[in-house]
Amino acid sequence: MTEIWQGFTKAIELIISLDPEVMEIAGRSLSISGTACLLASLICIPLGSLIHFHHFGGKRVLINIIQTLFSLPSVIIGLFVFVLFSRAGPLGELGILFTPTAMIIGQMILITPILLGLTISALSGVSKEIVDTATSLGASSFQTAWLVLKEARYAVLAAVIMGFGRAISEVGCALMVGGNIRGFTRVITTTISLETSKGNLELAIALGIILLFLALIVNIVLNRLQQR
Amino acid sequence: MSLIEVVGLSHSYGGRKVLHSLNLAIDRGEVFTLIGPTGAGKTTLLRIIDLLEVPGAGEIYFDGKCIPRSGKQRLEIRRRMSFVHQKPQVFNLSVYDNVACGLRWRGEEENKIVEKVDHILKMVGLEGYRNRNARTLSGGEAQRVALARSLVLEPEVLLLDEPTANLDPISTAQIEQVISYVARQRTTTMIMATHDMSQGRQLADRIGVLLDGKLVQTGNADDIFYSPKNEEVANFVGVENILEGVIIANDEGVVTVNVGPDRIGIQAVSNYPTGKEVYACIRPEDITLAPIFHRSSARNSFQGKVTRVNTLGPLSRVEIDCGFRLTALVTKISAEELNLQEGKEVCAIFKATGVHIIERGVD
Repeated sequence: MTEIWQGFTKAIELIISLDPEVMEIAGRSLSISGTACLLASLICIPLGSLIHFHHFGGKRVLINIIQTLFSLPSVIIGLFVFVLFSRAGPLGELGILFTPTAMIIGQMILITPILLGLTISALSGVSKEIVDTATSLGASSFQTAWLVLKEARYAVLAAVIMGFGRAISEVGCALMVGGNIRGFTRVITTTISLETSKGNLELAIALGIILLFLALIVNIVLNRLQQR
Repeated sequence: MSLIEVVGLSHSYGGRKVLHSLNLAIDRGEVFTLIGPTGAGKTTLLRIIDLLEVPGAGEIYFDGKCIPRSGKQRLEIRRRMSFVHQKPQVFNLSVYDNVACGLRWRGEEENKIVEKVDHILKMVGLEGYRNRNARTLSGGEAQRVALARSLVLEPEVLLLDEPTANLDPISTAQIEQVISYVARQRTTTMIMATHDMSQGRQLADRIGVLLDGKLVQTGNADDIFYSPKNEEVANFVGVENILEGVIIANDEGVVTVNVGPDRIGIQAVSNYPTGKEVYACIRPEDITLAPIFHRSSARNSFQGKVTRVNTLGPLSRVEIDCGFRLTALVTKISAEELNLQEGKEVCAIFKATGVHIIERGVD
């Protein structure tokens, strides 16, 4: 119990003192997961709309597969990305293993099913009458899709927040393809894992609290954005 | 030439046939109302005309051109029309943005949009609601937004599906006022579906009766309400007296029809020959009641006993047994003057021209 309390005071201390290493690690977590989430959203929201607005054989099966992939463990993705970019792997020549780029790619793959699945379910929440009304008023299929996306904006935003949360909180993939290199690929979760194994519980707990704090700020900013 | 022509239209939903080889032509500038009970296929017909659905069979011609079953041309034609759906669906945007949507989709300039939207909001009495989120409006206000959203497009064809269903009387009056204003301009072709007979009658140049997926009769208000084509239409348009009978004489267009168990002869104007099995239809408001032994120039005058009096507001519905059953609609005042009550003997009088004869066993 004392460790938690000490961790809490330590966290406040680190935040107030703007400890340079902690700030750097937190900033890296934010930029890597933020980039992964942004890129994945740019792909998944249009792709999700495309899936939602088109009728094709196997659509139901596809959606089931996407939803199943919500539970894909991050170490499996870490393994996949590792194999893909390792020196002997098919994309080994790019030399991006153990770089932030590899981490971003890993996290994008990790959250793609969540963003796709939740975008589709967000759009399904918009009634068919809204679609008919837009069509009647002369909207093209693209204009209709855009309107429906706007109607579903709260739920789509929830999908993005969910994706970001999954990306910033995962550790397996970041560790395996980032390598936890100090000053280069070390992020909050990998640091927590390392510091805990070193017995440095206070710092680990402090970083955990900072991670949640970051998530809170991102949530507030995104909610503000969509209210405008 | 007709602006809209529907030829041989049939449509099914999940194996249930909702429209049966329907033909309809509507002229430019015409106000056409489609009446029929709930579930008759009115909404489906409007949806097909608005090109929201592809019919199972049949063709639609718009301005002389046959509309393809798919492709970009459908959007172009749809943009010349606008459809106000029965349940108003407003977008989760401001009232202004809701009304501006269609114009933006057509690529109209923003300064023109402001001008048009403000003008139309004033017309439907919502100018004070410009910046409100449309989702916070009442049902009547939302329907006015929906109407404004369609009118602002200045469509060649305006389709209205039960525009006042589920609205309170004040909202209904406001919507009707706007619709009749647009109808009077005679620049917009209107097709309105309604189950409200008086609404259909007030606004329409022509009425179509849709029963069970079939367009049974089209014509002006007098045709539909006073000369229904068959028993079904007669029933639907409120002809309460539909008497089964046989024509026993035809004297230069004035026929005698035997009705009721006692084969009482009533006179009507018709060309059907003797021996024809028919229905004699009499609207309840065309029957006048008088004290017995009253002399009248009307050909039909029958003495009978009042079996029931039901007063609703300013009118009384009186059921009389004069060997055959009749229902008459009289003002409450005259019911009181005649001291109408159960068992009272009265004289029911109606003109031969007030009786409409339809052939039995026709669809």
